[in-house]
Amino acid sequence: MLKARHLLGIADLDAGEIGQILETAGAMVEIAKRPIKKVPTLRGRTVVNLFFEPSTRTRMSFEVAEKRLSADTLSIAVAQSSVTKGETLLDTVRNLEAMAPDMIVMRHAASGAPHLLARLCRSVIINAGDGMHEHPTQALLDAYTIREHKGRLDGLKVAIVGDLLHSRVLRSNVQLLNKMGANVWACAPKTLMPTDLPRFGVRATTSIDEAVKDADVVMMLRIQHERMHGHFIPSTREYFTLFGLTPTRVALAKPDVIIMHPGPMNRGVEIDSDVADGPYSVILEQVANGVAVRMAVLYLLAGQEAVTD
Amino acid sequence: MKTLLKGGRIVDPATGRDGAFDVLIEGGRIGKIGKSLPVDGADVFEMKPGWIVAPGLIDIHVHLREPGQEHKETIATGSASAVAGGFTAVACMPNTDPVNDHPGVTELILRRAADAGLARVYPIGAVSIGSKGDQMAELGAQKAAGCVAFTDDGRPVASALLMRRALEYAGMLGVPIIDHCEDPSLKGDGVAHEGFYAARLGLRGIPGVAESIMVERDIALAELTGGPYHVCHMSARQSLRAVREAKARGLTNVTCEVAPHHFVLTDESLETPIRYDTNVKMNPPLREDADRDAMLEGIADGSVDVIATDHAPHHSDEKLVEFDRAPFGIVGLETCVPLVFDRLVHPGRIGVKRAIELLSTNPAKVFRLPGGSLADGAAADITILAPDASVTIRAKDLRSKSKNTPFDGWELKGGVVATIVGGRMVYRNEGL
Repeated sequence: MLKARHLLGIADLDAGEIGQILETAGAMVEIAKRPIKKVPTLRGRTVVNLFFEPSTRTRMSFEVAEKRLSADTLSIAVAQSSVTKGETLLDTVRNLEAMAPDMIVMRHAASGAPHLLARLCRSVIINAGDGMHEHPTQALLDAYTIREHKGRLDGLKVAIVGDLLHSRVLRSNVQLLNKMGANVWACAPKTLMPTDLPRFGVRATTSIDEAVKDADVVMMLRIQHERMHGHFIPSTREYFTLFGLTPTRVALAKPDVIIMHPGPMNRGVEIDSDVADGPYSVILEQVANGVAVRMAVLYLLAGQEAVTD
Repeated sequence: MKTLLKGGRIVDPATGRDGAFDVLIEGGRIGKIGKSLPVDGADVFEMKPGWIVAPGLIDIHVHLREPGQEHKETIATGSASAVAGGFTAVACMPNTDPVNDHPGVTELILRRAADAGLARVYPIGAVSIGSKGDQMAELGAQKAAGCVAFTDDGRPVASALLMRRALEYAGMLGVPIIDHCEDPSLKGDGVAHEGFYAARLGLRGIPGVAESIMVERDIALAELTGGPYHVCHMSARQSLRAVREAKARGLTNVTCEVAPHHFVLTDESLETPIRYDTNVKMNPPLREDADRDAMLEGIADGSVDVIATDHAPHHSDEKLVEFDRAPFGIVGLETCVPLVFDRLVHPGRIGVKRAIELLSTNPAKVFRLPGGSLADGAAADITILAPDASVTIRAKDLRSKSKNTPFDGWELKGGVVATIVGGRMVYRNEGL
């Protein structure tokens, strides 16, 4: 079981808990291989997926995870909610809580939104991405995927390349990888680096070649087209020239490097299609592992009373 | 009617008086100050050891929210908060609804303040119509109606040309221009200081130079025009450096203020004790250690002229939202004196005399207000302070209509005993 009631971020987990989640995810992977992919673990539990930001992958992944654990699930997207009528986040959630859900999985554009709810609401809150802050289940599924390939996390060189400034995937991954003993390199144009990046516990560089050199893992982050408006980059073409992951650059990494991307990908902007679809790419495995990791998180947060199979 | 304040220590930087004196208040004015004055039929207010009689404190930066946002504060509740915090006078910002860019609004504020009958309220007018930065408001008419300074606070005067003209014009009227310094493009949609904590929490940053760039521009324009210029709620070390250099160059028309939260708190408060607490969201934002330390130095070495609270009440509904969506600002009137004593005087950064300069003498001087002095015959605006009193801040007990303070539960040393305006005791802390 985890010490915190909620999963708000990797910040609140220690290495032991991360290890426990990854171990549990290993057991959950087996379920996906059965002909009947369902266990009664969360029977009678209600989980609400509350997505204030568009999401396909994460939301589907949570839904599948919940269904495989036999939870009753309800998914609410922002366009259908009362927020458009001026209701506050807190009121929206308190109204949902009146219907007695057990857990709320939330995605929100504002950093810290799940922390507000965790302080003021009754339900268990699972952060499915808050603004530029954290995306803990993504980092956990990335860690699971790395471990599957490398057998370990400690001592690995992991290069994270892309829009670091706006990325919650970066913030969660850096914390997780540091806690598990990996060496993290972070690479971006200067305009897309968070303030005091080295204090995050990473080696910061603007050279993708340096970041990728001898890397065990290369994790690419998405460049959002709207970033050009804030004068962050001159063009996606120039970005690709300077920071795109090409086969030539992959060749600088260790021969058994794995290439990751949390999606959605911009082919030809941050990653060459030959790399995305190439032999080193584990991008689709990440998606598959996402379900198992989220099942593990749901199970561990459901508490002692969960039905064990 | 006469009142005798008996047995206190008077600290009045304006007259240079510091010592044990009695004060006789007569007809709303300072009648006499002397050693062991005879009671002679006066009501006696017996001072306890350690208490200080100071010229009434003046807060030149408050938001009273009336007209238009009475759910946050009214002139009556704001004045009650002021006197409970030891302030005999406040100057209120024009970002009301409608903006105070017209004598009609100024008159309304003055009338409501008179009805409340607590603190003296000095309206500050907008520099531009609607504070939109396009067309200069009628500063002459506003001064005649009672405005003591001009600002578009809440927003900067973004146009250098408007700033130049306003300084020239206000200089002619003998009234200062106050600027909320913030380069709009550098501020962007930032919500917190651009530093390690905002980066880690994924909050959009506002760099310190967004402020100092405009301070430097304004100082250049103040030098060009000679107009009286005041930097409000200064928060960045680079701004302080600019003001200090301007003063060293002999620009006596440049002054600045710092708010207590900027010399007490840093951006670490974004994370502890409560992550994303919207009661630490203010503009300018809480900055990093080096900035906080620079403010402390500036307060001690004289570069900072005034401590002003930027009292910014917001309803709890407005603050109980995502950090990004919460309005900027905290209430400050009732926490200022304890913070000044606890964080500045008791640690030995400044003496009591300097504290009173920052809170009374200089605010009066910078805005050319009556008050700030206990000279014979002056209006009896007096604050009685208990520097050694233990005070616990309780948000729910604040007189302000809003309770948005990050200092809830703080135990501090330094309190207000009583506040006297025009000879009338408008606040008495019965606990002391």
